[in-house]
Amino acid sequence: MANFSALLYLICAVLFILALRGLSSPATSQRGNRMGMVGMALAIATTIVYAFWSSDTAGFVDLIWVIAALLIGAVIGLTTAKKIAMTDMPQLVAAFHSLVGLAAVLVAAAAYTQPAAFGLLDVDGKIFVASRIEMGLGIAIGAVTFSGSLIAFAKLQGIMGGAPVVFSGQHKVNAVVGLLMLGLIIAFCISANPTTLLLLTLLAFAIGFLLIIPIGGADMPVIVSMLNSYSGWAAAGIGFTLHNNALIVTGALVGSSGAILSYIMCKGMNRSFINVLLGGFGGDSSTGAATGAVDERPVKQGSAEDAAFIMKNAGSVIIVPGYGMAVAQAQHAVKEMADALKAEGVKVSYAIHPVAGRMPGHMNVLLAEANVPYDEVFELEDINSEFQSTDVAFVIGANDVTNPAAKTDPKSPIFGMPVLEVEKARTVLFVKRGMAAGYAGVQNELFFRDNTMMLFGDAKKVAESVARSL
Amino acid sequence: MGGDFVGQLSIFVLAVFVGYYVVWSVTPALHTPLMAVTNAISSVIVVGAIIAVMSSSVGWTKILGFIALTLASINIFGGFAVTQRMLAMYKKKNKGE
Repeated sequence: MANFSALLYLICAVLFILALRGLSSPATSQRGNRMGMVGMALAIATTIVYAFWSSDTAGFVDLIWVIAALLIGAVIGLTTAKKIAMTDMPQLVAAFHSLVGLAAVLVAAAAYTQPAAFGLLDVDGKIFVASRIEMGLGIAIGAVTFSGSLIAFAKLQGIMGGAPVVFSGQHKVNAVVGLLMLGLIIAFCISANPTTLLLLTLLAFAIGFLLIIPIGGADMPVIVSMLNSYSGWAAAGIGFTLHNNALIVTGALVGSSGAILSYIMCKGMNRSFINVLLGGFGGDSSTGAATGAVDERPVKQGSAEDAAFIMKNAGSVIIVPGYGMAVAQAQHAVKEMADALKAEGVKVSYAIHPVAGRMPGHMNVLLAEANVPYDEVFELEDINSEFQSTDVAFVIGANDVTNPAAKTDPKSPIFGMPVLEVEKARTVLFVKRGMAAGYAGVQNELFFRDNTMMLFGDAKKVAESVARSL
Repeated sequence: MGGDFVGQLSIFVLAVFVGYYVVWSVTPALHTPLMAVTNAISSVIVVGAIIAVMSSSVGWTKILGFIALTLASINIFGGFAVTQRMLAMYKKKNKGE
């Protein structure tokens, strides 16, 4: 029976791999997601049946407990998933990460309170040393994931300001807490003492909090991916404790997935992971208005009618969306504008920078929500060469990701970051609320060029009035 | 015990490699659903919570397990449902357009 359940767990692991594999194309993705669901259902059923078989005490009442918890989770989870606005996806994912982290902490704690039930005792009735390490690591990573994700959630939801919170000696404090945690894990291996484990958990909560507070809003794509990765490693840690291969494999998959996403996001900003983690970079672009240096040079300003006229007479338009489009919930208005342009015979496509928005792929989901076909949406490397043969680049809610200083000015903080080469288009239209600098605090040279026209206002209102004027 | 651990570690390391190659093949347009679905499947720690709830009489273990089970199932149902909702929105160009 133990072997048989191990086989079933192996099938779960394979189903999870296929679930991720399905995401290689939108056409196969929904089938992949269903495989993931089947895998999860199988894992839960196998565990329940095996628990009945292996334990003398497990009875009907215990099953009621399990079903009750599953039902509560189903009601909360399904209503949240149904109601959440697509623009709020980053904070939802952060909140979900925190739940995985906390669940991992609780499972490790439960295993500690009753090691016999989890088969963790050696002949002397003590917890295996290997299990102690796994338990300590699992609980620590779980706790960091929990508190770190809570802070990320608070920043994304706007409960907490997006600006980095820095204080002197911050990195020293973090290093001391880190070393203390290492010491406690070693002490726990030797003593298996509950106080040590509790202290370790508390410190891990603290370090999760301390690590995320200095990180600014626009660096959140890296952080959300990193916490995604941590939630995977936490699951793998618990898998080692429980000797369960489905958990180990799944944890490893999720862990490497999050790590790859963090890497892609860092590359999209040309910054090292360590540099992002050290924090203190930039403020939130939405709060940066007051601090951004105001440049006195004149800019060419236009109205929605002017923009409509220019785009109507263009052969091709590339729309470059950024976080500002998400904040203004402007995706539907943009799509209407694009439809009106297409009705005039203009070729419309979309260009997406890897770090546009607050999480990987954020812009793609918003455009998909507005019914933009995914084959009109292109990634940076696929579309960058197109700008030079394009009549109009319509930049809405993006700034730093279009700044040519990243290519030309070695002194700029964003130097080396891959940018969308919108300046090569014949005309550049910038939809912006004001002249404030972007997240990185750098002025965008493009605003002052002859072929640039600024459209000041709320992204949604501007897009709507352009669509009306068409 | 030692052999068991090495066996698990081997599975872990190989799974990291599988994850590496599978995730690089995910199209960037689907990175948000990828995060939502990995979130849902990492809630497979629900397995540990079920063991805790079922293999003990009422006490700390059961209560801890029950809370963990509730939290993880919020994630499972919420994660898969929201992924499904997002994926259903990705459509190809209609011929009529």
